[in-house]
Amino acid sequence: MPKNNSIKSVLIIGSGPIVIGQACEFDYSGTQAAKALREEGIEVTLINSNPATIMTDKMTADNVYLKPLEPESIIEILKTHKIDAVLPTMGGQTALNLSMKCDEMGIWEEYNVQMIGADVDAIKIAEDRELFKEAMEKIGMKLPAQKTARSFLEGKEIAQKFGFPLCVRSSFTLGGAGAAFVHTKEEFDTLLERGLELSPIHEVMIDKALIGWREYEYEVIRDAEDNMMVVCCIENFDPMGIHTGDSITVAPALALAEETYEKMREQAFKMVRSMGEFVGGCNVQFAVSPDDSEVLVVEINPRVSRSSALASKATGFPIAKIATKLALGYTLREVLKKSGGAEFNFKEPNFDYVIVKIPRWNFNKFKGANRELGLQMKSVGEVMGIGRNFQEALQKACQSLEIGRNGLGADGKELTNQQEILQSLENPSWNRLFHIYDAIKLGIPFKTIQDKTKIDIWYLRQIEELIDLERKIEKHRIDDISRELMLEAKERGYADRQIAHLLRCLESEVYKKREELGVKRVFNVVDPFAPELEEYSPFYYSTFGVADESPVTPKKKVVILGSGPNRIGQGIEFDYSCVHGVLAAKECGYETIMINCNPETVSTDADTADKLYFEPVFWEHIYDIIQHEKPEGVIVQLGGQTALKLAEKLNRYGIPIIGTSFEALDLAEDRGRFSKMLEENNVLFPKYGVVESAEQALELSKDLGFPLLVRPSYVLGGQKMKIVINEEELEQHVVDIIGEMGANHILLDHFIGGAVECEADAICDGENVYIIGIMQHIEPAGIHSGDSYAVLPPYNLGDLVMTQIIEITKKVAVALKTVGLINIQYVVKDDKVYVIEANPRASRTVPFIAKAYDEPYVNYATKIMLGEKKVTDFTFNPKKEGYAIKIPVFSYNKFPEVKKELGPEMKSTGEAIQFIKDLRDPFFMDIYAKRNMHLSR
Amino acid sequence: MKNETAAVLILEDGTIFHGKPIGKIGTTTGEIAFNTGMTGYQEVFTDPSYYGQILVMTTAHIGNYGVHDDEIESDSMMIAGLVTKNFSKTFSRVAANDSMENLMLKNNKVGISDIDTRALVRHIRSRGAMNAIISSDGTSIEDLKTQLSKVPSMSGLELSSKVCTKTAYEVKPENPICKISVVDFGIKKNIIRCLVERGAHVKVFPMHTSLQELDTFEPDGYMLSNGPGDPGVMADSIQLVKEVSNAGKPVFGICLGHQLLGLSLGLKTEKMFNGHRGINHPILNLKTGKCEITSQNHGFVVSKESIESNPIVELTHIHLNDNTVAGLAIKDKPVFSVQYHPEASAGPHDSRYLFDQFIANILKAKV
Repeated sequence: MPKNNSIKSVLIIGSGPIVIGQACEFDYSGTQAAKALREEGIEVTLINSNPATIMTDKMTADNVYLKPLEPESIIEILKTHKIDAVLPTMGGQTALNLSMKCDEMGIWEEYNVQMIGADVDAIKIAEDRELFKEAMEKIGMKLPAQKTARSFLEGKEIAQKFGFPLCVRSSFTLGGAGAAFVHTKEEFDTLLERGLELSPIHEVMIDKALIGWREYEYEVIRDAEDNMMVVCCIENFDPMGIHTGDSITVAPALALAEETYEKMREQAFKMVRSMGEFVGGCNVQFAVSPDDSEVLVVEINPRVSRSSALASKATGFPIAKIATKLALGYTLREVLKKSGGAEFNFKEPNFDYVIVKIPRWNFNKFKGANRELGLQMKSVGEVMGIGRNFQEALQKACQSLEIGRNGLGADGKELTNQQEILQSLENPSWNRLFHIYDAIKLGIPFKTIQDKTKIDIWYLRQIEELIDLERKIEKHRIDDISRELMLEAKERGYADRQIAHLLRCLESEVYKKREELGVKRVFNVVDPFAPELEEYSPFYYSTFGVADESPVTPKKKVVILGSGPNRIGQGIEFDYSCVHGVLAAKECGYETIMINCNPETVSTDADTADKLYFEPVFWEHIYDIIQHEKPEGVIVQLGGQTALKLAEKLNRYGIPIIGTSFEALDLAEDRGRFSKMLEENNVLFPKYGVVESAEQALELSKDLGFPLLVRPSYVLGGQKMKIVINEEELEQHVVDIIGEMGANHILLDHFIGGAVECEADAICDGENVYIIGIMQHIEPAGIHSGDSYAVLPPYNLGDLVMTQIIEITKKVAVALKTVGLINIQYVVKDDKVYVIEANPRASRTVPFIAKAYDEPYVNYATKIMLGEKKVTDFTFNPKKEGYAIKIPVFSYNKFPEVKKELGPEMKSTGEAIQFIKDLRDPFFMDIYAKRNMHLSR
Repeated sequence: MKNETAAVLILEDGTIFHGKPIGKIGTTTGEIAFNTGMTGYQEVFTDPSYYGQILVMTTAHIGNYGVHDDEIESDSMMIAGLVTKNFSKTFSRVAANDSMENLMLKNNKVGISDIDTRALVRHIRSRGAMNAIISSDGTSIEDLKTQLSKVPSMSGLELSSKVCTKTAYEVKPENPICKISVVDFGIKKNIIRCLVERGAHVKVFPMHTSLQELDTFEPDGYMLSNGPGDPGVMADSIQLVKEVSNAGKPVFGICLGHQLLGLSLGLKTEKMFNGHRGINHPILNLKTGKCEITSQNHGFVVSKESIESNPIVELTHIHLNDNTVAGLAIKDKPVFSVQYHPEASAGPHDSRYLFDQFIANILKAKV
């Protein structure tokens, strides 16, 4: 079918602020969708309240609305622009819900807007469990026994009929909010009530729990002529019972026989066909009984999702982009031919590598949170490892997590307490994978492990093989390890650091040894068709094979280090900066090389950088890529702390850092030298000191005086940062930090109470400084800047204070010899301005300011880093009208047991932007009035 | 010195790959081919169309879910040898009967693992089909090369007689609605299952048979099966197929059966540079305009030019990667054939409608 030419202008709805269950995968899909539409000459209008997104950039869409995702905003857009169609499938559940609401209100009809890519009936079938059940049974699908309850009484009756364990989920919610397993009557009552409340239509589905069944996801794509294909089948390592967003997942399916695979494939097609006029990407989930005899349908999501983002990265098949073109009426064949060349033609991806996705949790941010995994998603991000076998992919995923481990095992951090291990196997949390390893190593019988985890035995054997291999390696020392054994360890994904641990030597010695033995990384193409066809995608992973497939060009190159998995304190904002860094470097004529391991991001889209290495942002991998590509240098200041913390080693190995030098980065982190520098420049800062023990802390507190701000050095997002008011609390917290983080440098600052906090972001070329924005927090000092409402520009700082902030920012930026971006945080009291910290890197607020003022600051900063431009070369012309308020967004609803309190440790998962004309704005007045409400310590 | 843990793969052009032995310790030869399917290895290895081939499986892991007595396409393993990246000696499926390793040992099959299949396949892809030898018994490279040089080319080889049934047999459903005589050139069991499932009472004949013999079953239609080897040298079979297609009853040919039908109609077949083997091959049905993802396994193909210049043959399906012939029909006759495997196993079930079409043709002709 040819393209529908009546569509000239399309509205894309984004997914709003990042929350658990809806993260930056929708920035990736929305951005792809916008690109796909503009390629067709279609005008794109985009609405999203999340400023830290690429999709809301001028370069992505023609008209961008940073507005609340509410029908009023949609009406405003439709009044201003002639919109022919709305694409509701790119912005997750939020966009679908908003589209449905607008549909019910008759907005689409009134403005003559057609919904493309999905129809209302399809959404209703997918979302309303009762309708879904009916529709599925009509086409002969089997579902777990389930019934809908619209009242407490109805629910109780159902429970009586089904018997425990049961699973309770609310209709129309996100990331499984309000879903849980219940084993007892008491649990059931509580959850039923909560479930009914959480559902926007006050409806809960109760089903018989399928604990221990295997879980599969099919990513299916369909066009208007009913052609269909499976892009990827994803196998859940963790069986049914753990939300798929919280499950370790694997592709291709490795524990699945042909017959069941094809059975599900056929059923998935049948289900998608029954979804009305649906075209595009669709996710279908199945449960398979442990003996393969039964296949049950779990759910269908007729939209792009977190899984489709993963499938896109896993196969190199851009689902969101293709789904968008299909929504315009193209057939799959037409689209595939266009996007991949003549050979990429309606062929299902069949690849020859393995991917493993591991979620990233942040439970330590939610004190008192129930850490057990279940039906409700709790992870905040994810990583993907790619390898030529499962073990390699698994190790690489573990190395990508940044949880202080060097992979799975071989780092001396094993748990050996049998009871604790057994407990963890049965009540899975973020560390179960590690505890499975520990259990096998400890000799806990396989049957016990399998009974408790229900994980497929093939996977457990794979982990056992790793332990066997480690035992073989441990018998050797660095000088007598054979090439064969070294190669085997590397082929199975072991990092040099892990091997060093096993051989009791240094990482650098292992590196040297494997160089001698000729055990070298090669780079393979992420190739959806095994190598049956000519590879076309500049998208690579490393492995230990014979042939390298990543040709090095003679062009001048720059490596941009990504920010790894999303977590609280380091989220999409850093991916935003990385993407802009890549694009700016491209403009300067560099070949850009991106390294990142987060499958949800725009930075890992195959068309962002010239070359993408989908690899852990882990020293060894980065170093090998640099050895292979020989770039001019590495940009570390855009990828958050993940990238920045590699600066020291890059510097040590003589690899040029682009922009602010390592010495300057180090100076900013070293409190002693930094304070000295401030002193020399006559800049005030709170009294502080560094201690290594609780004893020293108590001694120092006498000098500094309470309250004190206590924190380990080198952390992001205020990890383990706390305000203490007396000796007892101080002692406790210091011991806690030393115990939990092994940190040996603890900073104590005198906390200036009742002060105003603000921050400035600036661009500097070493001499000239341009302040891109100053933001004033609404809450009093003491709440982490990421968790505060903040206003751009400041709303009640006097000229005296403003002059000081401007002057100090300039002074500090130059004193640190900043080349690129810098963020400085201040507290203001009694018209005195104190510097709390300076971060010579892209901060969380840079994308916000860029959006509010409508200027490409990261682009400018990157050009300065590369030495292509000076600050004075740019004409700054910020759009300054009224105020922009940064609204922190929390995911507390995922942790109902956690008290909502704010302090110096960041807890928000995302942010939204709201523009106001003046300070009489009711929204501003409301949050201003509540500014002291949540402050705790 | 003989190394028990080493195996070697040598290609006709002299390229050598070193790996680890799997299955029987020994030496094997055949034409090297690759299959990109990510599932269904047991079905593939027992598919008679792979007879005589050293098969490279590109998917990362083989053997992981074991083997099952029901998941066979013939009574034994048909491939001449196996090449993989990772071979699992342990397996997990509750329903599995045995490991892949044991199946190989039972079938006396030699294999090699720990091969960089990407490098190997890219090599074959650029050099085209060729013979190869795998050895794990310590034979010297020189001796292996000599042995390899004596292996005949697949071109010009008739192999069906080595894998087809020796005696005729019947498979009958509970309530048969029609009868079909099947000519076995190396049939996959699932073709029979697909026919029987649809109510056909089937009698399978050895390839060396006659129309008279096929007709003793009083069939309502004829099925021409898949099989291995070069169709160009099967003169007797071409003659038989010619008679079958002129018998006035519905005919359905698959793979080798399709090629033989083509040859019997005066079309040409040719050896492909690299065959199509895998379960993700895109086909366009020219009649409906719809795409199918299909299972394929062929190294020869009916020439497209010869169809275009033939007045009685209609091109019905094409392969979307290279526009080669994937299906044909005789104009105005219920006789059709496809190059791919609608019975799948391994592979998607997108093309099962062809069996429905065949049975419909038969029922229509009966009336």
